[in-house]
Amino acid sequence: MLLIHCPYCKDDRPELEFSNAGEAHIVRPTNMSDISDTEFEAMFFMRDNPKGIALERWRHAHGCGRFFNVARNTVSDKFLKVYKAGEPRPSDAEIEELLK
Amino acid sequence: MKKFNVFSLARETMRGHTGWGKQWRNPEPKKQYDVIIVGAGGHGLGTAYYLAREHGIKNIAVLEKGWLGGGNTGRNTTIIRSNYLYDESAGLFDHSLKLWETLSQELNYNVMFSQRGVMMLAHNVHDVQSAQRHINANRLNGVDNEWLTPQQAKEYCPPLNISKDSRYPVMGAALQRRGGVARHDAVAWGYARQASDMGVDIIQNCEVTGINRAPSGEVTGVETTKGTIGAKQVGVVASGHTSILMEMAGVRMPLESFPLQALVSEPVKPIFPCVTMSNAVHAYISQSDKGELVIGGGTDSYVSYSQTGSMHMLQEVLDSIIELYPIFNRLKMLRTWGGVVDVTPDRSPILGKTPVKGLYVNCGWGTGGFKATPGSANVFAHTIAKDEPHKINAGFNLDRFRTGRLIDEAAAAAVAH
Ligand SMILES: Cc1cc2nc3c(=O)[nH]c(=O)nc-3n(C[C@H](O)[C@H](O)[C@H](O)COP(=O)(O)OP(=O)(O)OC[C@H]3O[C@@H](n4cnc5c(N)ncnc54)[C@H](O)[C@@H]3O)c2cc1C
Ligand SMILES: [Zn+2]
Repeated sequence: MLLIHCPYCKDDRPELEFSNAGEAHIVRPTNMSDISDTEFEAMFFMRDNPKGIALERWRHAHGCGRFFNVARNTVSDKFLKVYKAGEPRPSDAEIEELLK
Repeated sequence: MKKFNVFSLARETMRGHTGWGKQWRNPEPKKQYDVIIVGAGGHGLGTAYYLAREHGIKNIAVLEKGWLGGGNTGRNTTIIRSNYLYDESAGLFDHSLKLWETLSQELNYNVMFSQRGVMMLAHNVHDVQSAQRHINANRLNGVDNEWLTPQQAKEYCPPLNISKDSRYPVMGAALQRRGGVARHDAVAWGYARQASDMGVDIIQNCEVTGINRAPSGEVTGVETTKGTIGAKQVGVVASGHTSILMEMAGVRMPLESFPLQALVSEPVKPIFPCVTMSNAVHAYISQSDKGELVIGGGTDSYVSYSQTGSMHMLQEVLDSIIELYPIFNRLKMLRTWGGVVDVTPDRSPILGKTPVKGLYVNCGWGTGGFKATPGSANVFAHTIAKDEPHKINAGFNLDRFRTGRLIDEAAAAAVAH
């Protein structure tokens, strides 16, 4: 079982307390009825699904209940960086660095 | 290729089984093929087989980064059924089930297809209604499926606990008698042997690292760890790794790859006569011919290519198994393993053309594509040979995520196997 660090509780907790909430930094348009089918498809269905660093949302469901973001290596499953919701997406250079 | 029959068996018995020979060739790649298939799982090998057998296209390479059948084909729990809700799914999965029924004869290779019946348990009112809706929809599509009372379910599967005070009370079950299991490796080996015999080059330890395209956009071949190989048509059949391969051609996919695990118990004498599944508690079980109970459940919840998965997923599956079949509570578990399954938003596969000319994709089988191996390979070969889908797979196109014409088995079943 994975140990996951919650940035709000500031503690490592067992994976069982968390739920994965999918790819992070997907912006939901505010003008949903105006966007094209292709734009909707890209936002709603298309996913990076990377073999390497994934940026994803997790929720401390059986804890503080809050959402946060992580950078995780999908080959080793290691959590490399945990950051709060609303904080900026790590730059490509930072992701390169995490992969090392 | 030496045919398997009673005479060859007798002859080989007399001379100590020294004359069987290799079952397929192990060639180096040529510079150019008519068609390249990426991925030597059951679906990829089957596609090559049907291209050669039914469409006369024999200048084919199947490229495999590991060994053939070493992906999900060799890791799955082999449940075969066709009782899906929607018309498109019933068409595709029942096409496959019908091919399973004659596959051993067709391939001259015993795939050990055993129609012992697949029974899906209902534990609550919603399960009962959903199962009965499936039964009615299946029958309208000519797919067998019938309702069993708890007593009838117990007769069909004696280890099942149907007592009223059990944690997951059994309120009935849907039984597809034509469903069952098969030998997973044998399917890959059987297709490989026949395809190789017809001239298909199966190239193992050959990872595809790039997809080459002409300035005008169409596919011209692939880059591999064994060099550049040309082809005007490339079919990607790479299950959990499909997103990565498609990205090489600039195509984004509506897929996420999750770990899915399974486990087997120590072998015991025949005790479990059928396949039983429970969607509500996510546990399914059958017994292999070696005597092991073969057990599986749901995927882990996060994207991963680790081919492992979390321990607690196995514990949850076993918790449910022991509640449903208390007789197994002292049984030791022998092995666990994982695969990487590619899951679509509607839990239905994608098999068809792509926005790139000459590039075809067969993926998104998620947790339940073994059962579809012959059917999928058969219509995918048609799609490549004719450059248009067969009517059976026409609905399973990549466009459906833009048009909204989903085949929403996810909503229908909440779980798929
Ligand atoms: C634990 C588990 C239990 C399951 N249980 C069932 C079940 O009971 N019933 C059922 O119907 N289905 C089940 N499934 C799903 C089923 O196994 C798959 O849907 C099916 O086997 C997929 O077959 P395939 O030929 O498409 O993929 P695979 O057999 O995975 O073949 C794809 C191949 O592509 C190769 N590849 C990937 N990338 C590259 C590359 N870059 N270059 C070259 N080759 C590459 C891989 O090495 C692999 O061999 C289960 C899966 C798992 C993991
Ligand atoms: Zn917390």
